[in-house]
Amino acid sequence: MPAAAPGGRTDAAMEQIIDIVLLAFMVVVAIAMIRLRNLYAVVMLSGIYSLLSASMFVVLDAVDVAFTEAAVGAGIATVLMLGTLALTFREERPPKRRTPLLPLAVVVVTGAALVYGTLDMPHYGDPEAPIHQHVAPRYIADSPLEVGPPNMVTSVLASYRGYDTLGETTVIFTAGIAVLVLLSGVTRRRQRRRPARGDESREARR
Amino acid sequence: MLETVLGLYNYWIVIVLMMAGFYTVIVRGNLVKKVVGLNIFQTSVFLLYITMGTVEGGTAPIVDAGADLYTNPLPSVLILTAIVVGIATTALGLALTVRIRESYGTLEEDEIIEIEDRMDGEV
Repeated sequence: MPAAAPGGRTDAAMEQIIDIVLLAFMVVVAIAMIRLRNLYAVVMLSGIYSLLSASMFVVLDAVDVAFTEAAVGAGIATVLMLGTLALTFREERPPKRRTPLLPLAVVVVTGAALVYGTLDMPHYGDPEAPIHQHVAPRYIADSPLEVGPPNMVTSVLASYRGYDTLGETTVIFTAGIAVLVLLSGVTRRRQRRRPARGDESREARR
Repeated sequence: MLETVLGLYNYWIVIVLMMAGFYTVIVRGNLVKKVVGLNIFQTSVFLLYITMGTVEGGTAPIVDAGADLYTNPLPSVLILTAIVVGIATTALGLALTVRIRESYGTLEEDEIIEIEDRMDGEV
């Protein structure tokens, strides 16, 4: 290999290999999640899936997204799901139907249509792709001067698109209120009801 | 040929993950499993956006004296918002699941429909 470029080229090849392996892991974990019936294992696998996707975001140079996905997707979502399992069931009931052919066909056809749609897409990492030609260069060139923080994602999030972030906060607030309203009194009612009647089917499935 | 496969590999994996999530949502009757399927679908969309924003040889969009090529910051911004909104919808879905289990004593879709039909019959 010539002395000028070897570093860059092996780096790119390495990145490509990591990319392929991580995405393959994600597919394996997703299929395992579909097949398993123990919901506890499924929730643990979904934490692993989120962590793999966070690693993927680091490889794809989106570090802010990687932080958020690791904290929110692998952390908070897993905790919420474990809490749900504690209040409901650990196991999924075995299926009554045999292999669901119609849904499988729907999924395969949709997937094939989407793959056909990707054939025209710009290739991975192409600097000439249309997405890099419009407003992005302006944010990259001007945001450190106009807004200040060296991190351009922060500038866009908090300044140029500050209203979006405000709307996002509203969504979180609404969801938080809704969760509180739905869950208030669940444990209280459970404790009151338990001594009254056993309901065998419910207890048996735990 | 190899170049096309490598160039579009990320999109194809994203589609496989998307369809895995879609399949879980439409086939599985268990409501917790449906929420997990939605999460798989959601993460695949995040990957789709972030993949489109990547620039070969670029670095993370943080100003650095040695860097002249940055990854596109806009998909990152969109997906940051989407992740946070996603966890809000997940939390709401799970809270509904807990309430459904409390009222019906089951999380399987067909059993819930059966109970509903029976209740309609009594009325």
